[in-house]
Amino acid sequence: MRNPTSELTRERTRSAWVFLAPTLFVLLMVAGWPLGRTIFFSFTDASLETIGESTYKMVGLANYFGDYGVFNFGTAEGFWKTDWGMAIGNTFKFAIVSVVLETILGVVFALVLNAEFKGRGFVRAAVLVPWAIPTIVSAKMWAWIMHDQFGVMNALLRSAHIIDHNIAWTAEPAYALWAVVLVDVWKTTPFMALLTLAALQMLPRDCYEAAHVDGIHPVKVFFKVTLPLIWPALMVAVIFRLLDALRVFDIIYVMTSNSVSTISMSGFVRREIVDNNYVGYGSAASTVLFLIIGACTLIYLKVSRVDLGGKK
Amino acid sequence: MKPMTLKLSAAAALMSLAAFGVQAAGVTVTIACGTVGQDFDFCKKAVDEWSAKTGNTVKHLTIPQSTSDVLGLFRQMFAAKSTDLDVLNVDVVWPGLIKDQLLDLKPYTKGAEKEHFPAIIANNTINGKLVAMPWFTDAGVLYYRKDLLAKYGDKAPTTWDELTATAKKVMDGERKAGNGDMQGYVFQGKAYEGLSCNAIEWVASFGGGSIIDADGKVTINNPKAAKALTTAASWIGTIAPTGVLNYGEEDARGVFQKGNSVFMRNWPYAWSLSQGADSPVKGKVGVVALPRGDGGKTAAALGGWQLAVNKNSKHPAEAADLVMYLTSTAVQKDRAIRGSYNPTIPALYKDADVLKANPFFGDLYDTFVGAVPRPATITGVKYNEVSAAFWNAAHEVLSGTAKSEDSLKKLETKIDSIRRGPKWQ
Repeated sequence: MRNPTSELTRERTRSAWVFLAPTLFVLLMVAGWPLGRTIFFSFTDASLETIGESTYKMVGLANYFGDYGVFNFGTAEGFWKTDWGMAIGNTFKFAIVSVVLETILGVVFALVLNAEFKGRGFVRAAVLVPWAIPTIVSAKMWAWIMHDQFGVMNALLRSAHIIDHNIAWTAEPAYALWAVVLVDVWKTTPFMALLTLAALQMLPRDCYEAAHVDGIHPVKVFFKVTLPLIWPALMVAVIFRLLDALRVFDIIYVMTSNSVSTISMSGFVRREIVDNNYVGYGSAASTVLFLIIGACTLIYLKVSRVDLGGKK
Repeated sequence: MKPMTLKLSAAAALMSLAAFGVQAAGVTVTIACGTVGQDFDFCKKAVDEWSAKTGNTVKHLTIPQSTSDVLGLFRQMFAAKSTDLDVLNVDVVWPGLIKDQLLDLKPYTKGAEKEHFPAIIANNTINGKLVAMPWFTDAGVLYYRKDLLAKYGDKAPTTWDELTATAKKVMDGERKAGNGDMQGYVFQGKAYEGLSCNAIEWVASFGGGSIIDADGKVTINNPKAAKALTTAASWIGTIAPTGVLNYGEEDARGVFQKGNSVFMRNWPYAWSLSQGADSPVKGKVGVVALPRGDGGKTAAALGGWQLAVNKNSKHPAEAADLVMYLTSTAVQKDRAIRGSYNPTIPALYKDADVLKANPFFGDLYDTFVGAVPRPATITGVKYNEVSAAFWNAAHEVLSGTAKSEDSLKKLETKIDSIRRGPKWQ
């Protein structure tokens, strides 16, 4: 039987693969190889010394389900009070709070930037500055601003009589999470704003003219007209941010003291691999982190019914 | 001369000049020697002297401030078999952790190790290999404001209760007099190795032992240790600012040196900085041994740094020579006088110049000699994990998220599970 695809289509497909091959190769080397190696190490008892000498042993699933494994559900105080359990809890708390705040603020900023005003181009460029500063630098900067003795924040708040004594924003358990969320929101709201702005710019004008003629309240216009139209783009932005937030490392590592009450999942992995020298166990935790993020993405895509193929 | 011969002889002259130049520069050795306070300046001065003497050049590697981060960095370099670092500074608790990565220095010392404190040499000798030379020793001490205590008619405290009372009295008095930023006591409360040092001092000063005894048994879960941690937790928010939960050595020193704290617990290095020309508290600082708890004795955590050579170093002989120079009596005396770094050579504690610059070296000699070591020797490669469990437990109690009895019970179980068996190694 004759092949249904024409010679031309097959030729195009072939040349597409040829063009994609270098990118795929680089991706494999840069992303695939470290990931594969990490998953491999999670089945061994490697340490920082033995990975150099290749003298580690295979231990199967002991790092996952063994007595000292990642899924240690049998401990006295329960899984959620173990270091790994608390790291998961801290990370999810941080991710959800920070992404919700960023989305709301980002949409507000985008609506403002979408309006016509003098100097709009300059403001659009300026709004990107927090996003452009490397996270480590901005985290260290904010750590200094929030320092309880030398920090500008306490000095300003006290001179405005909003607080009466220096508050340790990054040290006190009650405030540490909020301090970190503040810095993350400061840094990533521009990202959300710009993605939303791009969607807003594509909206057709006639809906708004019709709404204006009918005399509908602007807030109602936003919820009934704008939001449904930018929803797909917004959901894409949110999934980006959610994945980033679940992987958070530098903000929490630099600003807080990395005790179990603030450590993130990535911070836990680093602690196990570098500080405690359990490359095998740390790799298992890292693999579980990868799976958790993958699961979150799948659930999210199902729930929000976003088609990343763009047909919606 | 014919042009060709002229060119050839000129080229030959240039090449031999270049070769001579390369010979004169010697080898390049890279050193990582500390980042706290004046560590870098002192190291650079001594290293420059060695460079001039031997004709080798030395490059400095900048390392993080927190000792826990430095250990992580070194371990990753060892795992990659890096030759980037020749001489490294090694904390007193690390020889057991990184012993396989360090060069045996016995062939290079020519007997110099006999001049140092035997206890520190023993700490640095693993399985017959001398993996590091002692550079300076450290023990936690209590700094206090002589002028403020005199103003309020108090003497330096000998018990933790006295410290609490004095700190509160002076702090409240100074705040009423207008200095609203005055704190009572600053120390290292961040969740890192420094907190392990502070916490082991509290526990030992109440008679609560030192986490793990010499047989490897976990002794931390006892009422005296619980009382020690509860006492420390009572300071947070009262005489110590809540920010102390995120303070390292330099943060605490910053507050004290600015004049905003009555007491500070820190290492001896802070003395010379507090007496520096630009220090607001110059001439107003006294140093005593740390207070004791009820029914206990004063306890100071044994610190100190050593110098070691990377096993993978390309220039082991020159690196070892640099180590021996830096740990020699002359250099240690200079560091003691100008930087208040505690020498590791007993003879220097009787030296008149050293004692003139650091009067408390004489008074606190017994403190330095009898300092409480952290359980690094017994736990070997697992020390870091044990220390992390300990500092996390202490941080929980300090921040009020757990009661000390519960926290210590959990800690005992955790350390037993870290051991994973009847023996540590």
